[in-house]
Amino acid sequence: MNKQVDLVIIGGGSAGLSAAKSAYENGIRDILIIERSSELGGILNQCIHNGFGLHKFKEELTGPEYAYKYISFIKEKNIPYLLDTLVYSISSKAKEITYSNSEEGYRTLNYKALIFAAGCNERTQGQIMIPGERPNGVFTAGLAQRYLNIDGYLVGKNVYILGSGDIGLIMARRMKLEGANVIGVSEIMPYSNGLNRNIVQCLNDFNIPLRLHNTVTKIHGINQLEGITISDVDDNLIPIKGSEQFIKCDTLLLSIGLYPFNAMLKNCGAKVNLETKGAYVDQNLETSLDSIFSCGNVLHVHDLVDYVSLESELAGKNAANLILNGREKYDKVILTSHNENMSYLLPNEIKVYESLENILFSFRVKKPISRAEILFKDENDKVIKKFNKADLLPSEMVQLNVNNLPLNEINQLKVEVRAL
Amino acid sequence: MSLNKNKNIFDCLIIGGGVIGCSIARYLSRFKLNAILLEKHSDVCEEVSSANSAIVHSGYDPKPGTLKAKFNVLGNKMMEQVCKELDVPYIKNGSLTIGFNEDDKLTLLDLVERAKKNGVDARFIEKEELHELEPILNEECKYALLAKDSAIVSPFELTVGFMENAMDNGINLALNSEVINIKRDEETGLYHVYTKNNDEYITKSLVNATGLYSDKITSLIEKPKYEIIPRKGEYILLDHFNQNFVKHTLFMCPTKVGKGVLVSPTTSFNYIVGPSNELTSIYDTSTDSFTLNEIKKVASKLIKNIPYGEVIRTFAGTRPNPDIDDFIIEESKENPLFFNVGGIMSPGLASSPAIGEYVSNLIQAKLNFEQNKNYNPERRKVLKLSSLGKEQYNELIKKNPAYGHIICRCEKVSEGEIIDSIHRNCGARTIKGIKKRLRAGFGKCQGCFCQDEVLKILARELNVNINQICYKDEGSEILKYPSKGE
Repeated sequence: MNKQVDLVIIGGGSAGLSAAKSAYENGIRDILIIERSSELGGILNQCIHNGFGLHKFKEELTGPEYAYKYISFIKEKNIPYLLDTLVYSISSKAKEITYSNSEEGYRTLNYKALIFAAGCNERTQGQIMIPGERPNGVFTAGLAQRYLNIDGYLVGKNVYILGSGDIGLIMARRMKLEGANVIGVSEIMPYSNGLNRNIVQCLNDFNIPLRLHNTVTKIHGINQLEGITISDVDDNLIPIKGSEQFIKCDTLLLSIGLYPFNAMLKNCGAKVNLETKGAYVDQNLETSLDSIFSCGNVLHVHDLVDYVSLESELAGKNAANLILNGREKYDKVILTSHNENMSYLLPNEIKVYESLENILFSFRVKKPISRAEILFKDENDKVIKKFNKADLLPSEMVQLNVNNLPLNEINQLKVEVRAL
Repeated sequence: MSLNKNKNIFDCLIIGGGVIGCSIARYLSRFKLNAILLEKHSDVCEEVSSANSAIVHSGYDPKPGTLKAKFNVLGNKMMEQVCKELDVPYIKNGSLTIGFNEDDKLTLLDLVERAKKNGVDARFIEKEELHELEPILNEECKYALLAKDSAIVSPFELTVGFMENAMDNGINLALNSEVINIKRDEETGLYHVYTKNNDEYITKSLVNATGLYSDKITSLIEKPKYEIIPRKGEYILLDHFNQNFVKHTLFMCPTKVGKGVLVSPTTSFNYIVGPSNELTSIYDTSTDSFTLNEIKKVASKLIKNIPYGEVIRTFAGTRPNPDIDDFIIEESKENPLFFNVGGIMSPGLASSPAIGEYVSNLIQAKLNFEQNKNYNPERRKVLKLSSLGKEQYNELIKKNPAYGHIICRCEKVSEGEIIDSIHRNCGARTIKGIKKRLRAGFGKCQGCFCQDEVLKILARELNVNINQICYKDEGSEILKYPSKGE
């Protein structure tokens, strides 16, 4: 007989820990968190800067401090977890997973509900096909951050950064504080992809130049990075001939985007949201596979851990509810859609049942919009709900908790963002 | 180094740790002799052998009567057995050389004739059969030459396998040993080989298997008969997103314009698209967007919607293209027992076992070595977790818990496998060395999730500080400066 656990949570980072805490608080005791690395906390462990928890805890915490709030809960309540353990596969039909670690070996385990919270990966030089050589010295910002904050080493002293994602900005400041020469940051888009506070606190305060509409067009050096060529790009993001500039550096940090590490769910047959590359989910964050939920960065990439926690708490609560009370009968399924100003919208569908109250919507805009209205429309384009919002940015995910939608009266839900 | 201080005289010294040098070393190890291979990089398989199409060509293409034809056909026949002995990934997936119009049809029919002359099994097929074999091909693909003996192999593991097996059978390997001078002592006939790190090696026979540098190495001792004019090939590598995207190696029918590009699975079920064919300098393995876009354009003649969203890497390799149109494999007329093995570009990988056997036999014929009674052609199996059943895997973890600890989550490589690859003969010393042998860091995340763990395992197993671990050669140490807190 395989071991059986009520709730299996894959991933012991901020999403998995928040989901575990919430499931526990909603009455589930038989939980198992499975973590790939040797510690709970995930990427928060290497984020030693502050700025975490402002929304969730109304105080400014470092990454490890934020993680500790959850880890201490897990330990206090004796919620079981496995470290250095990799989940190989999920079978939604048999409701079982396989995993291995050094102590137990290769195991199969059955679950009643599963929360997939495996986080995200950084995009690499290869994925965006940066031309040139492939020497040492080109690192994703997160890897360089781990080497610095966990292992205590700088990967170089003359640093250029491609992409204005938050990790890149944080690393610009961090390397500077460690005495490195941070030459500049190139961002291919005409606007920054990081949080505004990071642009100010990590670049402006340290006089690190940010070049917009500019990118790396060649990597030089066969064994060790010797320099890069950067070029301006036109409105189609094509490098402009004649604008090339050689920059001597020993380190190129890439902060060019994150993508959900969703391959395992995809492989076991879960429907994928082609825009987020995460799972297709309903308002309970349940995927297209029975009793499998997904939350955090493996569902869609967040910019603030606070929102990861809020979303994952919802997944934990809904998984608990499913385990304890079974599935509530639903009358119909409403599909959602979004307009051209948005890059994605969650949830992808809404199951309409009696006890349904509010729905958490998440989306991003494609371009900055200073004053926007957010319209909820039915299949006949009738506006059923409307919000106004200021300063929408592609780098800042929007989460809206919406209640009182007349779901019984509609068959489709269109969400639109319009500039005012 | 103690080797020269002892006035140790080698029977044979091979310069160059590519697939050719390592193959020669492996076949030489069949004999009782004292031999060494010098490689300038920190690992074998670093240049030409590490960046190519990874195809074991069937041998229909080279002109009949050339060395290329001879060694390609022979090498293709030997390869399956060699890969079994060395436990190297090998799949006989067959190749389709695809024609789009009536001109191509004539070319393909000519090639079928050429195949016959070379002794290669090749058959002309019509559209219906072609599309049955590869349903994803464009409608415009009308004809093909089917060569079912074409195969794919892991060039990294093949090269490492050759060298490891050579070392198992008594051959020496010196890494980080770039040859800068060679002298022949007229009195004794012995060769004195000098390296950049001030070592001197004395040897009775000398093999030049230095790929891109073979003309330059030869010129240290005599006027080379050919010049290497390096040509670069750029490639696009896709993730293993689907095991059946294409099954065969797809070539395009050669035309006046060129050979087109190929689309092929690799032995790890990634997919490779390329190469370009550009003049280049020896020190240029860079890719450029224009060429990569051209490759995409040309490949779209074969398959319209190649999912470039699945790209995990682009790379370029340089081919040691000689200015004479064949391999050069011969003993020097001026300098006895100096063997030139140069200009080994495609189909060099396919030819490698045949060249290794042939060259080692040439040397043996001159120096009359005894057979090595202890010669074992088999390399100790490389444990692949994916090939184990649940029970076997659990047995293994019980015996060695490190196999239960997965380090590379993209390619599912365990700590146990990494430790083993370090402690074998010709073991991994670098991050790239681990990647070439085990694929850790070869997956979608390209190592950004496991590089730090691999680095720590390397340092621990090699008993050095973590800041000494290199990505490739000396100078590519990853952890360069301690932080202020250290």
